[in-house]
Amino acid sequence: MDTVNETSASGNAKRSGFKYRLGVFFADIYKIHLFIVRFFKEAFVPPFEFKEVIRQCYEVGVRSFTLITVTGFIVGLIFTKQSRPSLATFGANSWLPSLVSIAIMRALAPLVTALIASGKVGSSIGAELGSMRVTEQIDAMEVSGTKPFKFLVCTRVLATTITIPLLATYTAFIGLLGGYLNVSMYEGTSYTTFMQQVFQPLVYLDFTAALIKSTVFGFTIGIVGCYQGYYSTKGTEGVGKAANGAVVTAMFLVFIEEIVIVQIVNNFR
Amino acid sequence: MEKQKVQIDHKDTVIKIRGLKKSFEDYAVLRGIDLDLYQGENLVVLGRSGTGKSVLIKLISGLLTPDRGTIEVLGKDVTKISDKELQELRIRIGFSFQNSALYDSMTVRKNLEFPLVRNRKNITRAEIDTAVETVLDAVGLSQTINQMPAELSGGQRKRIGIARTLILNPEIMLYDEPTAGLDPITCIEINDLINEVQQRYKTSSIIITHDLTCAKTTGDRIAMLLDGQFQRIGTFEEVFNTNDERVKPFFDYNFIQ
Ligand SMILES: Nc1ncnc2c1ncn2[C@@H]1O[C@H](COP(=O)(O)OP(=O)(O)OP(=O)(O)O)[C@@H](O)[C@H]1O
Ligand SMILES: [Mg+2]
Repeated sequence: MDTVNETSASGNAKRSGFKYRLGVFFADIYKIHLFIVRFFKEAFVPPFEFKEVIRQCYEVGVRSFTLITVTGFIVGLIFTKQSRPSLATFGANSWLPSLVSIAIMRALAPLVTALIASGKVGSSIGAELGSMRVTEQIDAMEVSGTKPFKFLVCTRVLATTITIPLLATYTAFIGLLGGYLNVSMYEGTSYTTFMQQVFQPLVYLDFTAALIKSTVFGFTIGIVGCYQGYYSTKGTEGVGKAANGAVVTAMFLVFIEEIVIVQIVNNFR
Repeated sequence: MEKQKVQIDHKDTVIKIRGLKKSFEDYAVLRGIDLDLYQGENLVVLGRSGTGKSVLIKLISGLLTPDRGTIEVLGKDVTKISDKELQELRIRIGFSFQNSALYDSMTVRKNLEFPLVRNRKNITRAEIDTAVETVLDAVGLSQTINQMPAELSGGQRKRIGIARTLILNPEIMLYDEPTAGLDPITCIEINDLINEVQQRYKTSSIIITHDLTCAKTTGDRIAMLLDGQFQRIGTFEEVFNTNDERVKPFFDYNFIQ
């Protein structure tokens, strides 16, 4: 049975001092590791929770859609606008679509999507599971014969892992639209020409890398949100902590993963 | 409603606990529990706050694991069986939580359906609806079917929580403080409900409470948890016929003021 000590993320030793915090830090890393292992052990054994996964995918999409649309568009627009003067000094305005497309596809779309999803989706998963933990809803589920880890955690992690790459694709599209608005205003480029220029510099690797990156981001956001909520400590304070912890940790990890993946991908160029 | 005495066969045990110990950090909560729950009886567990009553029933349902001792439920040792067996066993045990633990994101109907839909694979829509209406009717809250838990009062939540466990026709019921924080009339209703469940569903129950009226009206036997052990077990009169300073205040506070 693995239900032991599920209620608190860390022990009860003296809650101060550098040594204690360092201990908690490594204990947390170890527990996240176990959490991930458990996810892979339980998520891919039948019976599958298809219906719940789809419902969660929908939730993830709905929660972040508006903000991603607005942000993606503005990022594309502003990036194009701000890049124009630099290119203009070399008389290279015609390169603008290529520059925008590389920036958006390689870096901005996955990153912007992941950061917004950390804020919107990660925090709400943390808060939701956190409040289910402190009000014993998770225990209630367990004693009524449903495995809460599988039903609550696996479905949410799968949902973010599937949905965030889709959202990132959408963000890229919206971002390019923002870029196009700016380009068409100044240069009067047609949409078809703009799109041709956009896809010209992109290689297969760019798409694969973006896809891998956003899949990893999605998995991270799901795991971190669920971990924080699932192990949130007793009391309503724990719920706030879980939500906040989910955002901070997810964003931090997303940046680290971004750096690592870029390094790896660049070896293949 | 006066308690109708139920004929109990003292050979037929549904829960058998021996030498059960459980500590948190260095605090020994349960220090050697022995307990039998007989088929068809209501056993009331009394004890001060923090003596480990909730811990005891969480151990019984496998939510916590003991440090030592055996817990046999319906012939199976919950500490030794596989995950799958434990899951099957849990369906036969109803657990009514101290704070109801209703699923906040679901309506009353969805709350009640959840255990059914999850555990009975081939059940039809009509069967689900009938079952939901039957248990809602049993707890007298048919009108709340489409409400969210947040819109219910504490007493209503408690009763929906009980209804949710009844829907799987459990053989054993574990009630954690069913009357805590409720007005006297609602308390009486809940006590009647517990007795009705005992008779209608033929369940054996453990009822945790601080409320001696509840203990007296629902309990066939009373067990008093003192210093991590059951030190007094028997009928209501047997348990309280004592000058033990740890027991008397319960009685005095409830009946003499
Ligand atoms: N998961 C846990 N982790 C650490 N300590 C716990 C845990 N659960 C219970 N305890 C401790 O065990 C003791 C008994 O708790 P329990 O909830 O069983 O009390 P109780 O008898 O139900 O009290 P009440 O009547 O107030 O509900 C308490 O001191 C509590 O701090
Ligand atoms: Mg309790």
